[in-house]
Amino acid sequence: MVAAAFFYLFAGVCIASAFMVIAGRNPVTSVLFLILTFFNAAGLFILIGAEFLAMMLVVVYVGAVAVLFLFVVMMIDVDFAELRSGFLQFLPVGVLVGIVFLIELLLVIGTLFVDPAILQTAAAAAAADAPAVGVTNTEAIGLVLYTDYLFVFQAAGFVLLVAMIGAIVLTLRHKPGVKRQDIGKQVERSHETSVELKSVPSRQGV
Amino acid sequence: MIIGLVHYLTVAATLFTLGVLGIFLNRKNVIVILMSVELILLSVNINLVAFSVFTNTIVGQVFALLVLAVAAAEAAIGLAIMLVFFRNRGSIAVEDINLMKG
Repeated sequence: MVAAAFFYLFAGVCIASAFMVIAGRNPVTSVLFLILTFFNAAGLFILIGAEFLAMMLVVVYVGAVAVLFLFVVMMIDVDFAELRSGFLQFLPVGVLVGIVFLIELLLVIGTLFVDPAILQTAAAAAAADAPAVGVTNTEAIGLVLYTDYLFVFQAAGFVLLVAMIGAIVLTLRHKPGVKRQDIGKQVERSHETSVELKSVPSRQGV
Repeated sequence: MIIGLVHYLTVAATLFTLGVLGIFLNRKNVIVILMSVELILLSVNINLVAFSVFTNTIVGQVFALLVLAVAAAEAAIGLAIMLVFFRNRGSIAVEDINLMKG
């Protein structure tokens, strides 16, 4: 009963804040509602028993992605009110597409509702892969991730590496006229090129 | 009242619809479009985790983890591209992005 109450709490706040993300007037509030959405999705994950992914959701999304969004939103200087001018113009077609999408998805879900046997067949077919009893969620993921899905794991690492290099290359820019340390030039200097001895005649100056 | 798979799938479907709706409604604002894509990926993650738990297989959660990695990469690259575009054009309106139209 308590679990059901918490499910409805998390799901309700999740959906409401997701709506505020797309309907928000100011992108900063949109980002903050996005963070709220992710927190509540993490709560849903904990309810369902996927603690590791819940923590990953908080760490990766709230700690990295949302902060990145926040930085970018505050960094660029754009008139966001002007960007919202076409909001109502696209509302009818958007709502139409949204309703069609929702009905289709709910029809698909409805087949599971009337026929839970589908789920049982899937569970029976996957029984060989079932995690052992008494293993924590994190341990169960690790047992599979580092053995059967090692190459997929490595590929994900490469994706992140390429994304990191790509983001740096895209946004790095060299301004002319900035004084930087050039170690090669510093080492190249010899005593002859850097120091000059002048004999100054008395009472005349250089 | 027992919370079953259908409840989680309904939440995920609603989130997905809201994400698609966000792309349609905020056609001019790239930042909100990127946030809508994040919402869609989150709904996919909820689906993966829900099926993974209710069919008692851990593989779904492994792939949810991979979706998380791809989402992080996508956000970083997308925001970097947007930043470069803003430096060049001074705006992030989507309809201004037509240089490659020919």
